[in-house]
Amino acid sequence: MIPEVLGYAFPNDIHITWSLMIVTYPYVTGLVAGAFIVSSLYHVFNRKELWPIGRFSLVASLAFMIVATWPLLNHLGQPQRAMSIMITPNPSSAMAGFGLAYNWYLMILVLEVWFVFRKDIVLMARQSRGLKRTVFATLALGTYDISDAALAKDHKIVTVLAAIGIPSACFLHGYVGFLFGAIKANPWWSTALMPIIFLFSAIVSGIAAMILMYQVAMLLKGLPIVRETVATMVRWLWLFMILTVTLELLEIITLAYESAEEWEIISLLLTTRLAFSFFSVQLVFGSLIPFILLMITVLLGGQMKPRVQNILAAAASFILLIQVFSMRWNVVIGGQLFSKSLKGLRDPFQPRFFEKEGILATIVIIVAPLVLLVLFEKVLPMFRSVEEAYAAGRLTEDESTGA
Amino acid sequence: MNNVSRRDFLRKAALVSGGCVTFLVLGPGEKGSASTGTIGGVPLEDYNWNEHRWAYLVDTTRCIGCGMCVKGCKEENLVPDGYVRTWVERYEIGEEGEGEVDSPDGALYGFQENVGHMKVAKSFFVPKICNHCEKPPCVQVCPVGATYRTRDGVVLVDSNYCVGCGYCVQACPYGARFITHDRSLSIAGIAQKCTLCYHRLVKGRTTACVEACPVGARQLADMRDTFDPVRKRILTERVGVLQPELLTEPQCFYIALDKEVR
Repeated sequence: MIPEVLGYAFPNDIHITWSLMIVTYPYVTGLVAGAFIVSSLYHVFNRKELWPIGRFSLVASLAFMIVATWPLLNHLGQPQRAMSIMITPNPSSAMAGFGLAYNWYLMILVLEVWFVFRKDIVLMARQSRGLKRTVFATLALGTYDISDAALAKDHKIVTVLAAIGIPSACFLHGYVGFLFGAIKANPWWSTALMPIIFLFSAIVSGIAAMILMYQVAMLLKGLPIVRETVATMVRWLWLFMILTVTLELLEIITLAYESAEEWEIISLLLTTRLAFSFFSVQLVFGSLIPFILLMITVLLGGQMKPRVQNILAAAASFILLIQVFSMRWNVVIGGQLFSKSLKGLRDPFQPRFFEKEGILATIVIIVAPLVLLVLFEKVLPMFRSVEEAYAAGRLTEDESTGA
Repeated sequence: MNNVSRRDFLRKAALVSGGCVTFLVLGPGEKGSASTGTIGGVPLEDYNWNEHRWAYLVDTTRCIGCGMCVKGCKEENLVPDGYVRTWVERYEIGEEGEGEVDSPDGALYGFQENVGHMKVAKSFFVPKICNHCEKPPCVQVCPVGATYRTRDGVVLVDSNYCVGCGYCVQACPYGARFITHDRSLSIAGIAQKCTLCYHRLVKGRTTACVEACPVGARQLADMRDTFDPVRKRILTERVGVLQPELLTEPQCFYIALDKEVR
């Protein structure tokens, strides 16, 4: 099937080389970075209001991290050679840094999770019997010291790891933006703003995902949602979405105002092929509506019933998750809809449901971290402090939804 | 049974480990010339890549748009349908400066005449091919070093090493590369491009497209051969390259390159 072309495209440029998988990859990586930033707000910056999700967001970050390589492996033409990128990297390639960035960050995440949950792992190893005991004893790595002094040391290490983790998370995701920003052949990608936009939208998607996942997790566990936790995250989300949308608009405005050679094709791209996914989804539905919802939640939060606040926050978060996905789509797919001849646009790209890199594969990849989280919950008690507080009757009506 | 003295053992161990280090440092790879290797199974006894540096010359004033070069390339290199390693573009520019460009199937079957759609002020054909850049962005971005530039100036892909990520396809400003995911083809999932018919060059022959061109619009130059007439043309005539602002330093040179051509 040869796609229709408007204008003139180089003959090889009518094919979409980077499919839905390369849209999903920066999306999932963004969730890694964003969820980690949320956990760091608690572990490093001492935002005590975030205590119910300090551990949850950290483990969520790990779950997204494990899945982050899946879209890449599914996309590679020769996945059996994937390790070559780590074993024999080409130092001049922006992509070769992936092995380093990914492994470094994975190491920090695993270490931090281990230190945060060490006490629980040791307790579980002591309390349980049989296979369960073996599992937890293995996870404890042979050290059962949970004296106050040892735990204080753990706490220090966690703070240091989280502090190292913040620049690492920024680097990991800024790097993903750099993969695109460094392609001088493509004027839609090749801007210095690209890594920064990717980074900020990653933080937006991470906070939004945590707001939603926290509420869903509490509903599933029958625990109250802490009002101040949601209110704090909503404030951060509002700030970061304003920054992100400003940057996204600045990029377009700069391109339009400079009106250099590439603007002719980019303006045509935006007004035809991307008119729906850029203006309707990314800007109006995805940015303007959540901006208003979040503004209401932030400014009137005090007078609002907790349930209303939670619903508004969840709705804004859900829309922002779509906004960030559409932004990834508009960058990755949009950048391949026009030819490097700068004279032609191909048909809109429509992925199929069942193809190898199609919609089903994308859904599996996005749902997989949630499944992983449910499994992790069996081993790592992410909401122990919430459960204890609830059992002790310390979660008062004022803090909870009243659910 | 042999008794090995400690002295003997140490001496042999030192020799073996020294040999290992030498092997690892000097390696089985670089030998200073390709004269002892093979390429695509062809022995390279008579070919020394230090003695050549290939460049390409396109005289756009000669091209008649017959598409024989595209056909020749497709047959020589088994290029799959829907993709090209070389192609020809037709430019028709009207009196008001309005322009139209086309290249149906990469001009595999030549061109049909456009009738009466505008008043054409000038019209010309532009053959395109991998520019075998001196600073190739595709080589820069390859995460595993599977794509490389040979000493005689040809950008190639090691199909046994390519991971099929497609980054080189994105990085090439000229649309010279492609990657097909059609699993019925043996080249599926491996980056493909013009090899400047390297398998022919090493046997002292020219490329399939140059050989197929009936009017001499496409010519191969050896920049190390002082008696090469094509080299002389590149050096002495006024030639242009595509998208020079990207500083990829293309080694495919054009005579009479119009400003409309990218």
